[in-house]
Amino acid sequence: MGSEALLFYAFGALAILSSLLVIGQRNPIYSVLLLIASFGALSGLYVLLDAPFVAVIQIIVYAGAIMVLFLFVVMLLNAPHEDTEYDERVHPLLRPGPMRFGAVLAVLFLVELMWAVLRHGGEAGPFAGGAVSSVAAIGRLLFTEYGFPFEVTSILILVAMVGAVVLARRDDGAHGPSEPRVW
Amino acid sequence: MTTLLAAQIGLTLAVFVALLSSAAGMVYVERKVAALLQQRLGPYLVGPKGLLQPLADVVKLMFKEELRPRAADALLFALAPIISATCAFAAFAVVPFGGDTTLFGLLPEGLRLQVADVNVAILVVFAIASMSVYGIVLAGWSSNSKYSLLGGLRSSAQMISYELSYGMALAAILVVGNSLSLTDIVNRQAGTWLGFIPRWFIFIQPLGFFIYLTAGVAETNRAPFDFPEAEQELVAGYHTEYSSMSFAMFFLAEYVNMVTVSAVATDLFLGGWHGPFLPASLGWVWFLIKVGFLLFFYVWMRWTLPRYRYDQLMRFGWKILLPLSVVNLIVTAAGVLYFGL
Repeated sequence: MGSEALLFYAFGALAILSSLLVIGQRNPIYSVLLLIASFGALSGLYVLLDAPFVAVIQIIVYAGAIMVLFLFVVMLLNAPHEDTEYDERVHPLLRPGPMRFGAVLAVLFLVELMWAVLRHGGEAGPFAGGAVSSVAAIGRLLFTEYGFPFEVTSILILVAMVGAVVLARRDDGAHGPSEPRVW
Repeated sequence: MTTLLAAQIGLTLAVFVALLSSAAGMVYVERKVAALLQQRLGPYLVGPKGLLQPLADVVKLMFKEELRPRAADALLFALAPIISATCAFAAFAVVPFGGDTTLFGLLPEGLRLQVADVNVAILVVFAIASMSVYGIVLAGWSSNSKYSLLGGLRSSAQMISYELSYGMALAAILVVGNSLSLTDIVNRQAGTWLGFIPRWFIFIQPLGFFIYLTAGVAETNRAPFDFPEAEQELVAGYHTEYSSMSFAMFFLAEYVNMVTVSAVATDLFLGGWHGPFLPASLGWVWFLIKVGFLLFFYVWMRWTLPRYRYDQLMRFGWKILLPLSVVNLIVTAAGVLYFGL
């Protein structure tokens, strides 16, 4: 087994293990940290795929920016540990509304994933390693061939942001928009 | 090949030791410059002119008791300073500090003075800078103390705010330099305009340099942006509950981060190891001189400027620095398109 294969299995195992541990934690802070570890392992896999640009972007965007906000929110809300007794007494499928819905979604996702893997199982498509690492090539592709999906994604994110602002706004409209809290 | 490999390993160790000792040296310089600016003497008892003071500090820190609040989260409390120190050292790995050298003919081929030559080096520096916030946030949270928590929260808010401007300044440089590799960017700054003005990017990106330096100071939590540890309000901020060597690790991380930000600024804006008078093989001397000047600037600023108020800091970051950096990027991109640099 070459060193590359060895690294692949090491990073893969780390990614899977830390992802599993994310949902096994009672303390949300640990979940966030394990998710970061999982992103780090994924970024290692990207490096093995000759895509250092994607690897670094993975760290900057997910581990560096999004997870900092996650951690921030968890710390600010001082999210309590999950209720152990209740969790152990009630089966996930028997819990009230949203939780049951989550379980259904999880099963659906698993089926989808298996279908996708079976459909393209073991088939290695044409892979131009050099092209992926060139930032200029990625930029050109993104703004020409994939220009439409790119713009649609940005609109999607804008909509999500507007939604978050609407949800987070206080309902007593008389005072106008509330000042953000300053620590 | 094996000689080259050995030389590479030696270089890596040398960089590690140099970073450690630069932190010790900076502690001494900081005190001496502070004393100079405030008409005091500074350290003068331990060794000639107080030169052994950093050593005495290290001995003192080692023999202090390692304290941990009872309600603290033991694992994260221990992990936080390690994350901080690791990020500080890791960022320097991709920073080149000299051209190729054969070590006075000892090596069969040239060895580049850089620990790891990554072709996306700028982004790696940015990624590691954005990871270093975890050390501080976790230290604040795991201490289970209000001062630590407030310090950690402030620092994460500050770092997120200034990271944007920092990234925009880097983006403008990569538009001008047309590369993500720090070595390429430095080599583009070789030579002169009109025979006497060095081709440094600071002359085409003066605003970018200002933005980078300001955001860099904020990223390293140094005065006048040292809010995470504002003594009057937060005791010692995120490291209030830390003592002994775990405190020393935060301390070390702060100084190593300063060195890294200065070294990256030298590579991006000040022409790296290119300079007049010295032969190319001694380029690293120029690099050291430039980094030394930037480090002095850091200390100079700390002992000259008062600390901002927290809302002023946030307003400055979001309403002045960020729009400025966006304008800088747009103007730079338009200029490169029009004049074709």
